[in-house]
Amino acid sequence: MRTDVDTTALAVFLFFFALVTIMGFIAARWRRPKTLAVLDEWGLGGRQFGTWITWFLVGGDFYTAYTVIAVPALVYSVGAYGFFALPYTIIVYPFVFSVMPKLWHVAKEHGYVTAADVVHGWYGSRALEVAVAATGVVATMPYIALQLVGMATAIKALGLVGELPLIAAFVVLALYTYSSGLRAPALIAFVKDAMIYIVVIAAIALIPGQLGGYSAVFAGADEAFKAKGSGGILLAPSQYAAYASLALGSALAAFMYPHTLTGVFASRSANTIRKNAVLLPAYTLMLGLLALLGYMGRAAHLKIASANDVVPVLFHTLFASWFAGFAFAAIAIGALVPAAVMSIGAANLFTRNFWKAYVDPQVTPAGEAAVAKIASLVVKIGALLVILYLPTQFALDLQLLGGLWILQTLPALVFRLFTRWLTAPALLAGWAVGLFGGTYLAWTDGLKPLHALTFGYTKVTAYVGLIALAANVTTVVLVNLGVTSLTKRPSS
Amino acid sequence: MVPKTWHRLWLLLLPYIGLLWVPFYNFREPALFGIPFFYWYQLAWVPVSALLTWIAYRTYSHED
Repeated sequence: MRTDVDTTALAVFLFFFALVTIMGFIAARWRRPKTLAVLDEWGLGGRQFGTWITWFLVGGDFYTAYTVIAVPALVYSVGAYGFFALPYTIIVYPFVFSVMPKLWHVAKEHGYVTAADVVHGWYGSRALEVAVAATGVVATMPYIALQLVGMATAIKALGLVGELPLIAAFVVLALYTYSSGLRAPALIAFVKDAMIYIVVIAAIALIPGQLGGYSAVFAGADEAFKAKGSGGILLAPSQYAAYASLALGSALAAFMYPHTLTGVFASRSANTIRKNAVLLPAYTLMLGLLALLGYMGRAAHLKIASANDVVPVLFHTLFASWFAGFAFAAIAIGALVPAAVMSIGAANLFTRNFWKAYVDPQVTPAGEAAVAKIASLVVKIGALLVILYLPTQFALDLQLLGGLWILQTLPALVFRLFTRWLTAPALLAGWAVGLFGGTYLAWTDGLKPLHALTFGYTKVTAYVGLIALAANVTTVVLVNLGVTSLTKRPSS
Repeated sequence: MVPKTWHRLWLLLLPYIGLLWVPFYNFREPALFGIPFFYWYQLAWVPVSALLTWIAYRTYSHED
């Protein structure tokens, strides 16, 4: 890793960073609402984003800066197994297409802002509402922290040292999110996504040429893994179930997060969401190609201290200075959009499902917006403190558990769209079994995403989140059978 | 919102089958432009899956 400051790269970086900062503040006036002091406006952009804005916003928010760094890093470290992000981000869209338009209808019809609002509206249970809301907030916090890791990697690659640049970038982000709400990341997403596309297209067009073509890249990676003695460019049969279950579990969890749901609820119509399920895979193609950078790093024999440096070092080694600066700006700005939407999603949950539910039930719409704005600041400062004062591994472990946790809210949030049979106590029991049981399994496995299950003589290693979800759903069904047989409820 | 027509949602099951059964595609050959089958097969599912979703999309009314 180079430590001298590359002035050309830094100048390009600062130019784009300044550009999006100005856009962030101007966003308050974009598609100007009568007032931003309403949660629907601040926290959901007025529920009026059409196909293109939603495409940029959800794309910018789901394919995060951390993804851009971490997916190639995982492929660099372990090979084919790291590629599970590709099937994951393909099969997520048929799910989005079948489920999210229905959920949007429910939210729109009743003016719900969060997943926990929806659950409370259906089941009338404060306990279930709090379970869903708390899970959302807790799962999102480490995710925000990881965006900071992504941003810090890009800043470090420019040769800047110390924590001040990261703090400065984050304070700026916090301020314009405070003033403009969801409009800020929605507007910035246009720039961020365009930049990321340019960088990825340049990378996959130019870098393999410098390394002797794709066959040389894969051959080089294959050799490197053989020399290393672990990993490989194909999966071992023992990895099949892990690969598939990670893809499926991640896909089911992806749109349970507050930030992705915020993007869904901010859409203008159910049709906007369906259209996006057709169009968003363009980002998946980009992600798949980006993942191959991990192999390019292997083939280029990079000397790096941490796998997370593979993308920045590759760019620095193989791109001209000005373009490396552009690429790092793309990654850093790429962190701003998800971090902003995540903090807004968490703030919406806090406001609607804690503040309004327990502190001030008579809160006005303007009061809701004020509380949410403060909450978004608190959430971001919390994430910043985690990154500054705790080891990065802590955020990584929490993020892994966060995926497991958020997945346990799926039965409460999705099943009602297909059946009216389930009751709140059953869903709450299932949530608790999945969340605590899954956490226990992951904990005893040393915070690994995979858990080995033994069926007689066969051993299957699968994603612990999906195992927890299976336990969750089983509990829901069993408890519900008990509840419905005990209580003769009048048919509604 | 009760669907009046059959929305061809079954098409949306195909990507799950094609991608979650790993023995279908965990091969090196045939490679395409030097990219092993494992990789280009999964990359190819991106446009195929989008196309299937688009076919399902067309069976919905677009007013809502």
